Amino acid sequence: MSALLSIDRLRVELPAKKGSRTVIHDVSLDVRAGEAVALVGESGSGKSMTTRAVMRLLPEGARLSGEIRFDGVSIPGMDRRALRRWRATRVGMVFQDPRAHINPVRRIGDFLMEGVRLDGRLSAGQARERVSRLMRAVGVADVDRRLSQYPHELSGGLLQRVMIAAALATEPDLLLADEPTTALDVTTQEEVVAIIDGLRRERGLAMLFITHDLDLAAAVCDRIAVMYAGSIVEERPAGALTPDASHPYTRGLLAARPEIGRREPRLRTIEGRPISAFEVGDGCAFATRCPMVRDLCRRERPAPVHVTGGRVACHFAGEAEPQAVVGDGAAR
Amino acid sequence: MNHPALEVRDLRKVYPVAVTEDCPDGEFTALYRESFTLAPGGSLAVVGESGSGKTTCARLIVGLERATSGAVLVDGVERGRGRTSSARRRRRGREVQIVFQDPYSSLDPRQRVRDCLAEVLTLHFDMDARQRDGRVAELIDQVGLDERQAGALPRALSGGQRQRVAIARALAAEPKVLILDEAVAALDVSIQAQVLNVLADVREATGVAYLFITHDLAVVQQVCDDVVVMRSGRIVERGPVADVLERAAHPYTRRLLASVPRPGWTPRRRTTEGRPPVPSGHPLPPVSETKEPLP
Repeated sequence: MSALLSIDRLRVELPAKKGSRTVIHDVSLDVRAGEAVALVGESGSGKSMTTRAVMRLLPEGARLSGEIRFDGVSIPGMDRRALRRWRATRVGMVFQDPRAHINPVRRIGDFLMEGVRLDGRLSAGQARERVSRLMRAVGVADVDRRLSQYPHELSGGLLQRVMIAAALATEPDLLLADEPTTALDVTTQEEVVAIIDGLRRERGLAMLFITHDLDLAAAVCDRIAVMYAGSIVEERPAGALTPDASHPYTRGLLAARPEIGRREPRLRTIEGRPISAFEVGDGCAFATRCPMVRDLCRRERPAPVHVTGGRVACHFAGEAEPQAVVGDGAAR
Repeated sequence: MNHPALEVRDLRKVYPVAVTEDCPDGEFTALYRESFTLAPGGSLAVVGESGSGKTTCARLIVGLERATSGAVLVDGVERGRGRTSSARRRRRGREVQIVFQDPYSSLDPRQRVRDCLAEVLTLHFDMDARQRDGRVAELIDQVGLDERQAGALPRALSGGQRQRVAIARALAAEPKVLILDEAVAALDVSIQAQVLNVLADVREATGVAYLFITHDLAVVQQVCDDVVVMRSGRIVERGPVADVLERAAHPYTRRLLASVPRPGWTPRRRTTEGRPPVPSGHPLPPVSETKEPLP
C-alpha cells in the first residue's frame, strides 16, 4: 500500500449535552499520490467532518478512533510542531466560503505572501514573484492591482481563485477541497473546477474533493466514495459509478437529479430525509429509506464487500430494485 | 376577457450607488425595461446567475421594492402604487405569494405549522373554525406533510419539510401567482426531487401560476413550460423550455447549458477571468469582475 493519505476505520464522536454523538461511524479511504478522490454525500453525511478529522480541525472534546496516515506518518499522533509544519508544507485546503477563511482587513498580496514566507526559505522578492505567477496560473488578470486590493473588493469567484492560489502556494502534495464551488454561479463553477483540475494534473497533486454533486465529482476525480449517515456506502472508479452503481442510495441519488434534455413525468425520489450519523441504529443506516429493505438490513449493519473496481456496503448489493418504487416520494 | 395571470410591462429598476471608477454616473441598473407575461395556470422560469436581475424582478412584482418605471399587472389589473387602504393592500397581497430560498429563516420559530396556516386563512377569508380546520388539513395533505408534522414547531422539521410548510402557507392565500425564488436551491438532491414533485402536483390540482426563479437549468424542465434567460439586467433569450434547452440561440444560454455538470462532462476554462464572453450585438453594460456595489 503506497497511499499518500490513508484513512483507516475512522470513527469520530463529538461531545453532546448527554454523553456523545457519533458523527462518523466507519470511514476507510485511500488517496494515492497524484490521485483525485471525491467524497460525495448530502448534509449530515459526515463528508466535511472527515476532512476536518484529516486536518485535525475537529471541535474541542472530539474523540477519534482508527488511524489517519499521511505518507506513513500518523496525523493524530503528530505533536504541535510537526502538525504545523505538515499543514504549512504538505497539504493545501480550499473551503466553500472563501470570505469566511480570509482575513478581511489584510490585502490579498499580504495574505498570499504570508503563507509563502512562513517557512523562511524565500526572500520577499522571490515570494512576490511566486505569488504573481500563481495568480496568473489561476486565471487572474491584472495581478498587481488584485494583490493590492482587499477581499471585499473581489467577487466570490475571484476570491475563490485567490484561495486556490493560497492553497497551492506552498507546493503541497495533497489538496483538500471542501465544496469549493458550491457558493459560485454555474459558469464560474466550471472555470474554477477547470482551474483546480488543470493545476492538479500539471503538478501531480493528489486531491480529496468534497461535494454533494455526483456529476461534478465524476468530472474531476478518478474515484468516488459515496457517504451516508457517517459511513462510506459505495466506492467506485468515477467512470463506473453512473452505469454500475449498486448501492440503493447511490442509485437513488443518481435518479433523483433531473437531467437536462430529459423531462420525467415525475422524478424518482428517495423517501424520507437524510438521517444524521447519530440517528443510526444497529442495522444499515439507509434501512429507513431503502426501497429494497428486508429484515436483515434492520438487524445487521452491512460490511463493505468488494465489487468490480470498488466496494459496496449493502447486504443485497446489485440486486434489481422492485419497480413499484417509481413515483410518489412525498411522505404521505 | 382572458388576461394573463401576470404581466410585467417595461419594468425597470435603477439603484443609486456611490460614484466609483466602475460606476461613474452613480447609478446601477438592476433591470432594463423588460417585459414578459405568465398565462393563468402557466409556469415561467426566470433563469440567471447572480447579478442577472432575477431576484430584483421578483421583489418588484411582490412589492418589496418600488420600480423606477414600468408596470406589473395581475389578472389584467395594475398593481397600485402609493398609499391605499389596508383592505386593498391585503387583497393585493393575496394575489401574489412568494416562497424564498431559505427554509430556516422564513417561518416563525414559535408558531406551530397548523397555526401558521390558520393565521393566513383568518386574515384573508371569512371562515368558521370547522371550515378553517378542514382547509388546513387539505393544505397539509397537498404538500405531502402528515398530522404529526402539522402540530410541530419549525425547529422539529427538516429543511425539505419546512419548505413544504412555506409552500402550503403561500397556497393558503389562494394566490393567482406563486413566486418561487430559488425555492429548491438549498435542499439536498433527494429532498429537492420530492419538492419538485410536490410543485408539479400542486399546480395541477390548483391551477396556480408559477414564476420560478432559479439559477439551475436542470430543474426548470421539471416545473416550467416557458423560460426567460436573464443576464446583467436584461432578458437575452425566451421561449418554451424544450426549445431553449435543446436549441438555445443566444451564446450566453449556450454557455450556461454547457456549464452544467452531467455524465461525461469536462469542465473547460473559457475566459481568463471567468466572465462569460459578451455576446456581440448586445449592448451590455461594462461588467467589472470586481464585486458590484450594493445599493
